[in-house]
Amino acid sequence: MTYFPEEVVEHIFSFLPGQHDRNTVSLVCKVWYEIERLSRRTVFVGNCYAVRPERVVLRFPNMRALTVKGKPHFADFNLVPPDWGGYAAPWIEAAARGCVGLEELRMKRMVVTDESLELLAKTFPRFRALILISCEGFSTDGLAAIASHCKLLRELDLQENEVEDRGPRWLSCFPDSCTSLVSLNFACIKGEVNAGSLERLVARSPNLRSLRLNRSVPVDTLSKILMRTPNLEDLGTGNLADDFQTESYIRLALAFDKCKMLRSLSGFWDASPFCLPFIYPVCAQLTGLNLSYAPTLDSSDLTKMISHCVKLQRLWVLDCIADKGLQVVASSCKDLQELRVFPSDFYIAGYSPVTEEGLVAISLGCQKLSSLLYFCHQMTNAALITIAKNCPNFTRFRLCILEPGKPDAMTNQPLDEGFGAIVRECKGLRRLSISGLLTDKVFMYIGTYAKELEMLSIAFAGDSDAGMMHVMKGCKNLRKLEIRDSPFGDAALLENVAKYETMRSLWMSSCNVTEKGCQVLASKMPMLNVEVINELDENNEMDENHGGLPKVDKLYVYRTTAGGRDDAPNFVKIL
Amino acid sequence: MSVETERSSTDSSGASGLEFEDTALALTLRLPGSSSSAAADPDRKRSASSSAAAAADESLLVAAPEAPPAPKARVVGWPPVRSFRKNALADAAAKFVKVAVDGAPYLRKVNLEAYAGYDQLLRGLQDKFFSHFTIRKFADDERKLVDAVNGTEYVPTYEDKDGDWMLVGDVPWKMFVEACQRLRLMKNSKAVNLAPRAAQ
Repeated sequence: MTYFPEEVVEHIFSFLPGQHDRNTVSLVCKVWYEIERLSRRTVFVGNCYAVRPERVVLRFPNMRALTVKGKPHFADFNLVPPDWGGYAAPWIEAAARGCVGLEELRMKRMVVTDESLELLAKTFPRFRALILISCEGFSTDGLAAIASHCKLLRELDLQENEVEDRGPRWLSCFPDSCTSLVSLNFACIKGEVNAGSLERLVARSPNLRSLRLNRSVPVDTLSKILMRTPNLEDLGTGNLADDFQTESYIRLALAFDKCKMLRSLSGFWDASPFCLPFIYPVCAQLTGLNLSYAPTLDSSDLTKMISHCVKLQRLWVLDCIADKGLQVVASSCKDLQELRVFPSDFYIAGYSPVTEEGLVAISLGCQKLSSLLYFCHQMTNAALITIAKNCPNFTRFRLCILEPGKPDAMTNQPLDEGFGAIVRECKGLRRLSISGLLTDKVFMYIGTYAKELEMLSIAFAGDSDAGMMHVMKGCKNLRKLEIRDSPFGDAALLENVAKYETMRSLWMSSCNVTEKGCQVLASKMPMLNVEVINELDENNEMDENHGGLPKVDKLYVYRTTAGGRDDAPNFVKIL
Repeated sequence: MSVETERSSTDSSGASGLEFEDTALALTLRLPGSSSSAAADPDRKRSASSSAAAAADESLLVAAPEAPPAPKARVVGWPPVRSFRKNALADAAAKFVKVAVDGAPYLRKVNLEAYAGYDQLLRGLQDKFFSHFTIRKFADDERKLVDAVNGTEYVPTYEDKDGDWMLVGDVPWKMFVEACQRLRLMKNSKAVNLAPRAAQ
């Protein structure tokens, strides 16, 4: 193939489906490396500190779409201190200098400033898509800049970001010439938007397929919008509280009747049970339903609605649904592939009206289920064994028993056998989160059977270093390992140091690792950044492990070509 | 251990670590009228007599069979729910209280902040939940809901932050919205011993 003209090789490369394959061909020879890098359009950076942004821009000057992920996953649960890092500015600045053809930017768990958004808006003339997930640091002023300057914007997707609200002006900044929107999601913005601006924007966006409103948008505005968007496939409603008139809901029902393409529904902010019957008529066509932000609905409201959703493939719901509601889901939604059940009440620690019973019912009724996130009150080994047998297609299985370290609710035994059955039966499992009372035995099962596992989350589990060693030894495909409050120490950390170069990252907090162990790791593996995060203040003595050495509070290890980062705050020590 | 735990008041022995929310919670979970603090403080507002309270508690258990156990120690970052979701749900749930009706096997939720005053609330309860109820107003401003079918009278009561069951209307509306933890439409016969309004 080296005799083919470069154009031909480049054309052949364009058929490669993913980045992984492109990475592989770029390693074949210098010519291929050059052809590949100059023709690469999509770049994914799983850790913003694994490579310098300048380096990425230099290597892929023609990239059109860039994805960068910042903070470790446990940042979602406040385990990563604020100001830890994950700044977007260096990435946007580097692209502005070397890659003005950028059209799409996706960022997750990063700190994005208004200045960066403004630079983005003014630098890239063909910019089309901004997707920010769990980001922070910006305000609606930054969004106003995007709206004002990105004339070709197709997608503005803001998922679960902390956005400072500076008034409704930003949405009015889309110029009249902006008619290209395909997807607009501002559900995470807290403040009001101007209903007139929103209606006009939607009216001049004939290609709009996905629209997710925020909590401030009233029912009447929603009805008007739906009358204008007959091609909408994905809708996040605004406010559906019960302080509206019945006529409003009748108008809403009429508007929904126009939306024959609607497949996915979310939002339901402050939803009153009385608005739901007006939505029943569209339920039969839905494949996705997210009711997980509506604590106002109880089990009977939820189940009445869901029993109409016979084509549902993806359901997110609060645990208000209770076990008996999940039985209705099991008998109604035969195509269900993804289920998430979130806790509704954080003040009554450890309590939830869903248990193993609900999940067993789901596993019996929904045998296509492949992805699960399930917060529950209790679990048993027998239930997990049944679930594993019924649903061997799980690729993602995340189970959170609300009370840490809770044993099998029937036998009071550890849940090792139950999770063992999950990893044994579900051969394609790629993501696993375990909870409840667990000994080292569960890690032996995981290491033995979970050959495809890519991400493992561990909390309050195991009894010795041997537990973590099983995982490090057995899980050949492991890319991300995150552990909290488990008794794994230096011996486990240092058992297989070469493996960290094959992984994206390791997180350990409140475990038994010492700074000495971390230093040994850092000295053995120069390609790793070993970050020790100690937030403890002066009068708070560090915990000591059995040998009397100080334990590290939090440890974050990742491979990098960039060396130690220069934006680390003083509570982060990079070894 | 570097993990920070917040002990709830029920299992905290020392004075530190006592947290307001947990205190309120713990108090709502005990039997009304059985608290030692209530007995120790004679100036406290009058609350349900023990017999009415016992009856109230009994029927509430029928309405809400999955009454939660006592709160446990809380751990930072657990359960693993995104803080964005936690905040959004806390915002959403803050104004909503559960409504139980004696003899009805279900609970409903209402948004107190959606109403401007007691009259609106009662009309809301009537319209949206119990269409066969009518409101009967008495000379002393007391309000009852009457089941038009069988004539049973229901007295709207609420549980305040101390876990005491009080008559709806005993304090100014704003104070009520602040204090109300949940509502219960109590059969008239059971409610005779409830305090008509705050002492004084």
